[in-house]
Amino acid sequence: MSSDRKGPTPSSRPPASFSRAVFAVAWKDLAAELRSRELLSAMLVFALLVILIFNFAIELAPSLRPTVTPGVLWVTFAFAGTLGLNRSMAIEKDRGCLDGLLLAPVDRAAIYFGKMLSNLTFMLIVEIVVLPVYSLLYNTNLFVPGLLGVILLGSIGYVAVGTLLASMAVQTRTRDVLLPILLFPVIVPVLLSAVRASGGFLQGLPMEQIRPWINLLAAYDVIFLAVAYMVFDQVVEE
Amino acid sequence: MKPQPKALTFLTLLSALFLAGALAMVFLYAPLEAVMNYVQKIFYFHVATAWVGMLGFIVAAVAGVLYLIRKDLKWDIVELAAVEISLVFFLIAIVSGSIWARPSWGTWWTWDARLTTAAILELVYLAYLLLRQGIEDPERRARFGAVYTLIGGISVPVTFLSIRLWQTIHPAIIGTASAEAQGGFDMAPAMLHTMFFALIAFSVIFATLLWQRIRLGKLAEQVEQMKLKISE
Repeated sequence: MSSDRKGPTPSSRPPASFSRAVFAVAWKDLAAELRSRELLSAMLVFALLVILIFNFAIELAPSLRPTVTPGVLWVTFAFAGTLGLNRSMAIEKDRGCLDGLLLAPVDRAAIYFGKMLSNLTFMLIVEIVVLPVYSLLYNTNLFVPGLLGVILLGSIGYVAVGTLLASMAVQTRTRDVLLPILLFPVIVPVLLSAVRASGGFLQGLPMEQIRPWINLLAAYDVIFLAVAYMVFDQVVEE
Repeated sequence: MKPQPKALTFLTLLSALFLAGALAMVFLYAPLEAVMNYVQKIFYFHVATAWVGMLGFIVAAVAGVLYLIRKDLKWDIVELAAVEISLVFFLIAIVSGSIWARPSWGTWWTWDARLTTAAILELVYLAYLLLRQGIEDPERRARFGAVYTLIGGISVPVTFLSIRLWQTIHPAIIGTASAEAQGGFDMAPAMLHTMFFALIAFSVIFATLLWQRIRLGKLAEQVEQMKLKISE
């Protein structure tokens, strides 16, 4: 980003550069995406398709909407999310970019957090587009502040595990199919608590009934960010 | 090839004896349950197989962590062995549970915390095997496998908690009033003895299988190395 980052010596790893390295990795992804727009457009179109398919698959009658909406939303986010995660790591692998990143004299955890941050951004952008479209198509107001908070927490947990598993999946022979199989069974707590908490906010339940789910989401996020931070080294090691 | 160690042969025979003993206790010693009659007999092996599944799950997670720390491939063999045993025994527990649930709950399956968690654990382990299958390099396969068992080892208990928060009807075995209303039951001392004997029997079987599977893993590794030598 700035000129003094050019040509650092391989042995120097100043701790202060950690956050800058994180943002540099994230920024690289966002800048590449701004130019190509291939990942976001695929995720967005896919998310909209999923919502359309749900319309045919389950009768989204007005009376059912408050109970079904959170489920539909989270399934949409989860599916669109795997598409994005897979692609974002596959690009690194195919173009040999990952090796370049690994050679960079920064803590490898910075690469993980950078990738996670860019994946999170893509996911949030998709969600920001999907929410008004869903509100419009199904005449349901989704702009409840609590719901937006739940979506943020849920997305963090999803991307925290997803980025780690995607970087494993792209290094296997069966990479195109492996990510969802690896990801979905371990992401159940996120999906369950996010769906419950979102439903709680949409149905206007009292806060005492929603809080356990939010606590669970926050705990999951913290635990898995920490675990991913600790094991990411093992996943990219050559 | 080294012959099977004496202790392992002994353990294998011991498991056969224990299994026969557990069967005899279930059918001859334990009394008939008042409400559920013979159906309740499946309970002893259901609990014991679920217990072995849990043991395998814990051993696999610990072996995974040890591999990540020590980088010794023997822990990878232990981990794979534990995962395979856990996968099979949880499947037995799920199927026997279903057979028991049909007459006592009136349904083959409910989305209860323990049932759902067991099913998700099966899926985690199937995903684990698929992951291993997709990697040729043994060292990388071991690393990725260990990372995934670690993630599974943390997420499965959280899954259990979250589903518990959601709903549960599975009886907490030893009878509270509410558990009884849901298909639990008070256990006579003879029933308790039988249950604990079955637990011990299946623990011995677990140890035997784990040892056998680890031995098999090591032999497979030797075969792999011999094949490499021949092709050179």
